[in-house]
Amino acid sequence: MHYAPAPLHIPDGFLNVTVSAICWVITVIVIGMAVSRTNKSLGEKQVPLMGIMAAFIFAAQMINFPVAGGTSGHLLGGALAAIVLGPWAGMLVMTAVIAVQGLLFQDGGLLVMGANILNMGLLTAAIGYGLYRSVMNKSTGTKLAVAGVAAWLSVMAGALATALQLWLSGTSSLQTVTIAMLSVHALIGIGEALITVAALSFIFRTRPDLLGEGSVSAEGGRGWIAAGVVVSLLVVLLSPLASANPDGLERVATDLGFIEAGQAAPYEIIPNYTLPFLGETPLSTILAGAIGALIVLGIVVATGRSLQKKTS
Amino acid sequence: MTNVLSVRNLRFSYHDHHEALRGVSFDLCEGDKVALVGPNGAGKSTLMLHLNGILRGQGEVMVGGERLTRDNLPAIRAMVGLVFQNPDDQLFSPTVFEDVAFGPLHMGLPKDEVIARVEAALQAVRMSNYRDRMSHHLSVGEKKRIAIATVLSMKPQILVLDEPTAGLDPRARRTLINLLRDLPITMLVSTHDMRMVQELFPRTIVMDEGLIVADGRTEDILADEKFLNEHGLEKV
Amino acid sequence: MHFDAFDRYHDTGSFIHRLDPRVKVVVTVAYILSNALLPDGAWTAFGLAWLFLLFASALSNLGPGFTFKRSFIALPFALAAVTVLFSIPGSPLSTFHFLFWNLTITDMGLLRFVSIVVRSWLSVQMAILLVATTRFPDIVHALEHLRVPAILTTIIAFLYRYLFVLVDEVFRLLRAREARSAAAPGSRSGGSAAWRARVAGNMAGQLFLRSYERSDRVYNAMLARGYTGRLNTIHPHEMHRMDYIVTVLALFIILLFQLIGRI
Ligand SMILES: Nc1ncnc2c1ncn2[C@@H]1O[C@H](COP(=O)(O)OP(=O)(O)OP(=O)(O)O)[C@@H](O)[C@H]1O
Ligand SMILES: [Mg+2]
Repeated sequence: MHYAPAPLHIPDGFLNVTVSAICWVITVIVIGMAVSRTNKSLGEKQVPLMGIMAAFIFAAQMINFPVAGGTSGHLLGGALAAIVLGPWAGMLVMTAVIAVQGLLFQDGGLLVMGANILNMGLLTAAIGYGLYRSVMNKSTGTKLAVAGVAAWLSVMAGALATALQLWLSGTSSLQTVTIAMLSVHALIGIGEALITVAALSFIFRTRPDLLGEGSVSAEGGRGWIAAGVVVSLLVVLLSPLASANPDGLERVATDLGFIEAGQAAPYEIIPNYTLPFLGETPLSTILAGAIGALIVLGIVVATGRSLQKKTS
Repeated sequence: MTNVLSVRNLRFSYHDHHEALRGVSFDLCEGDKVALVGPNGAGKSTLMLHLNGILRGQGEVMVGGERLTRDNLPAIRAMVGLVFQNPDDQLFSPTVFEDVAFGPLHMGLPKDEVIARVEAALQAVRMSNYRDRMSHHLSVGEKKRIAIATVLSMKPQILVLDEPTAGLDPRARRTLINLLRDLPITMLVSTHDMRMVQELFPRTIVMDEGLIVADGRTEDILADEKFLNEHGLEKV
Repeated sequence: MHFDAFDRYHDTGSFIHRLDPRVKVVVTVAYILSNALLPDGAWTAFGLAWLFLLFASALSNLGPGFTFKRSFIALPFALAAVTVLFSIPGSPLSTFHFLFWNLTITDMGLLRFVSIVVRSWLSVQMAILLVATTRFPDIVHALEHLRVPAILTTIIAFLYRYLFVLVDEVFRLLRAREARSAAAPGSRSGGSAAWRARVAGNMAGQLFLRSYERSDRVYNAMLARGYTGRLNTIHPHEMHRMDYIVTVLALFIILLFQLIGRI
């Protein structure tokens, strides 16, 4: 048995530095919030729970079932993790899963890991938990039905986000990649929905206390409903736009300067990659490069420091 | 001889229904090596979880003459080294070193002392060259020995082992029995391995349905075939 | 049973293996970043980056084919980039007919496509080299030193430890399913896709409960050894002079690739 990579994990090389960086910034901010929330609100029991749940998601992704024509369905798990563990813990768990898949199995790149975490861990958790949270007080049947829809939609959100990032990086043309991603994942999403619902109904039957009042699952606030609905609406609105009528989106991206940036590097903030006062000499180029590197290093260290402060 | 552990009238129920302990009392003296036997579900594991305050029932648990309270919990946990039934629960760190260092580190010891204790504990279970191995690579027998090292590194006064020989092949079992014999420390060991009980432990406590039904010399208990059968045990 | 297929570490005791894990993580990330920053068609720089990779591979005693053999994992994803062959304006190279479309490959499109694949191919090999020469727990320590929040590194450490235990459980469940999904002669086995999904879902639910209960027991085991909610760690890693020298040198070379790629 070997480890089979899933189609949403973007490898290095397929996203440009600008898009990777933007995704990292979003991801780091959200994870930073998740870290400080879980540090504050959850008991010390939560640490081994989240760790072993991360192993659970990883292992559960290997449970597959044959669908048709040699393809098989399996779980991504973002929605399920958020529903059973609560949104913040679910996001941290998915982050760990994606980090290990990228680091250990090269399933998903390192520079693009921010994007992968965003697509498969954060968006899926927001939709999965947000929609589920909106029916928290309803009957089990309703909860299961909504969880199923949320699981399907969460996969579509991940697929759409992946398609948009590939397009913004100049790696794919918008219409083709969106249609391809969405149609493939509309099927994969059905598998996700079926397994998520079956797993949840199993838990409802055997340990309802884990999903009821006072469980970690019930800890997310009502704000999550809004987050879930907004992300879902974005998926519902952007999908037809990107696949049927890409011109509008393309114009927006061009206006924002994304399309040309596909080929260019971001550190050309230093004009022509030389230092003006030194002229166009090799020394100037080298110094400019060094300064660029220092700036990047500074940003990384500063981000690390601020995160460190939050945790301690 | 001084009493290092005494339990008085301990009661406990899980989730408010089934009463797993129904009034348990016994003492351990320094240097005692005591076997705890009884059928599945007798309450052995539940009792052991009380000995360093992971479960808190009604009644009294005294360790080293001190009553177990919330305040002295850290000190008590360093004194009573508890090794769980399943080594995969006990060994939760990626590497052997990190696992054996976990206890001393959380006792707040300085780095050099921690490292020295890890070395000594691994030496005691004769696994010195396993320091940098990854836990998931170990065999069951190796895991069981490392699991004992993870509490030895805390220099406990009492070692409490839950079914240390379960699931071991004959050679690994023999190694472990020799190891337990040579460890100069008070210990309470739950087991279904009656031959080990006969070989290793002068004193035996028999539990059934949440109660202690016998506590005495192993020879005497093992000689009473009728009593053994009544409590789901077999003569060796 | 052990699923050693999951182990990516190959100990040859080489110079690279002995480097501090921080060095290897930082250099790997810098290398991948550098590839992403190189402009399309910077073949000299890509070539030098490849030499850098070969040199690191050679130093690690893994043999020349090691990363190459494993480097195709990201290749299926190249499908996502195929459209740039046709969509980027440039002078046409060749035209062919596919279903309803006439597709024209442009030179700029080809340049971009090949650049993307090369970037990905180089980057993934460096990542493979990292995990082949560094034990995963050491990588986690490096992340900790590099200021990744402790709660995340702890989750990752637990994930790594229990991955093997839980995957064993998954395989036991899968085998049990297989053993029971016999079919009467002439009939199709396994029922509808929805039914199979339900079986898979039940397995996931089962696995969830077992994991949940295990986390209780692990928590108890942590409590028994003095855990109070704060995790303390020590790692026997120390940066030596050689580690600093290698870091500076490697980063300098990677910076040179950038300069060469931009001239
Ligand atoms: N976590 C738990 N929740 C509810 N009931 C439990 C739990 N753990 C144990 N019990 C119950 O408490 C009783 C005592 O169980 P315990 O595990 O202490 O027995 P034991 O003597 O260790 O058995 P074994 O020899 O099988 O290990 C049993 O009836 C068991 O079903
Ligand atoms: Mg037991």
